[in-house]
Amino acid sequence: MLRIDDLRVNYGGIEAVKGITFEVPEGKIVTLIGANGAGKSTTLRSIAGLVKPASGRIHLQAEDITALAPDRIVSKGITLVPEGRHVFPDLTVVENLKIGAYLRKDDLSHDLEWVYSLFPRLKERSWQAAGTLSGGEQQMLAVGRALMSRPKLMMMDEPSLGLAPLVVKDIFSIIRKINEQGVTILLIEQNANMALHIADLAYVLETGRITIKGTGKELLSNEAVKKAYLG
Amino acid sequence: MQYALSIFLSGISLGGQYALIAIGYTLVYGILRLINFAHGDVFMVAGLMMVYLSTALPLWLALPLMLVLTVALGFAIERAAYKPLRSAPRMSVMISAIGVSYLLQNLATYITGGLPKSYPELPFLSDSVVIGGVSTKWVTIVTPFLVIALVFALTQLINHTKVGMAMRAVAKDFETSQLMGIKINSVISMTFVIGSFLAGVGSMLYFSNYPSIVPLSGALPGLRAFVAAVFGGIGSVPGAVVGAFIIGMSESVIKGSPFSIFSDAFTFALLIVILVVKPTGLFGEKVTDKV
Ligand SMILES: Nc1ncnc2c1ncn2[C@@H]1O[C@H](COP(=O)(O)OP(=O)(O)OP(=O)(O)O)[C@@H](O)[C@H]1O
Ligand SMILES: [Mg+2]
Repeated sequence: MLRIDDLRVNYGGIEAVKGITFEVPEGKIVTLIGANGAGKSTTLRSIAGLVKPASGRIHLQAEDITALAPDRIVSKGITLVPEGRHVFPDLTVVENLKIGAYLRKDDLSHDLEWVYSLFPRLKERSWQAAGTLSGGEQQMLAVGRALMSRPKLMMMDEPSLGLAPLVVKDIFSIIRKINEQGVTILLIEQNANMALHIADLAYVLETGRITIKGTGKELLSNEAVKKAYLG
Repeated sequence: MQYALSIFLSGISLGGQYALIAIGYTLVYGILRLINFAHGDVFMVAGLMMVYLSTALPLWLALPLMLVLTVALGFAIERAAYKPLRSAPRMSVMISAIGVSYLLQNLATYITGGLPKSYPELPFLSDSVVIGGVSTKWVTIVTPFLVIALVFALTQLINHTKVGMAMRAVAKDFETSQLMGIKINSVISMTFVIGSFLAGVGSMLYFSNYPSIVPLSGALPGLRAFVAAVFGGIGSVPGAVVGAFIIGMSESVIKGSPFSIFSDAFTFALLIVILVVKPTGLFGEKVTDKV
């Protein structure tokens, strides 16, 4: 579904992503794991159109979407749940959800119900300013907001960051549920253990390069992965 | 008593006119963190355009055309002078704004030859009326009501429409707004369009009270409106409106006293006091992360 070919991204003089090639097959959960600064967020940000790659191509199905503006990418059905949630603090919960559907002109009530069924907590707090939610609730809102665009591909940048273990479990089971609804998932995680358990396909990114690739199961039993990421 | 009433009337009408300018400063600041120094000059150009348009066209045509051209001017300034500097340091954008301000003033001097131009008499607005024994122009009475109606419409737009929601989102976070599919450049243009439109309406009300208009006519009202916006908490629309009425009222009171010569000094003294006591202004945000 999504194909990345020899993607390179620079920040000024620094090469953050040094020519990576990988694929996200339709309907699967794919995870990208790697240490701090490996270039994971940069990869997702360039797919979302927030940073322009120095070279390389990004294809969605047969279409070249490299360097399209972010709003065009959203309209193609790709959404990013950014690192650190970034909900709009002054907007209410329901406004945050509605703004996730900014490009849609059709009726949103079904999608709102779906998001509320995934995250009942958000329904209780729908009129509250998003800035007053707890960290875990904000993460749920960020995921819900992304779903409101009816994405084909949902990219998630460290959704478990800073959350209590129980909440992390919730988030991962929700990711599965979303995937079962037909949404393809590209997931970045520090929490490699959880990520590899739900992933169909996984890549290890080290200082801007992909070094290991395989199914989630394969990587869970890979010695190098065990040593570096599973502790 | 009549004296007090006349001070009060001129205070609220001046305040209303400043409010319409101040909203332009505050909206643009809210979204770009930019003090749009050219805004007072857009207000002046709106006045001059009315002068020239009204000599060639009937008023019912000149007035809407003036508003359309003022909006186009605000839009064009943003596209030409600020948009190319979107990722430049804020100081560069500010200098660009100062440049546009001088450009507009110089252009106005070039076109008018530096001579004062008399503002057209607008039927109704320029007519005299006597209330409570005080003789004034209709514009004095109309201004506060028109301002309240416009501010009401604006807050409805900001708080209850999709565009308004996008404006609030972009004001907080460019990048995440883009991830929602919002075109931030359109939203930014929108704020310039709204700000310029209100400045156009403001210029009509303001200059109806004054016999003539010169290229520097935008500078002082612009500055006072800017002070009003800071006073109220820059970035906040209600703040700008309340600030403008306070500034307008105090200006009117001082102008009616033996110390009238100090009215601008007083305005700035007031600003300094507010900034010392409450740096974010009356309605300012608690966290001023980007400032
Ligand atoms: N805006 C930027 N300007 C300059 N350098 C940047 C910028 N963003 C990221 N980098 C650099 O690019 C490299 C990759 O960063 P990136 O955020 O993609 O890492 P990451 O894998 O997501 O790390 P983490 O797990 O800590 O989130 C890092 O060395 C980082 O310092
Ligand atoms: Mg990251």
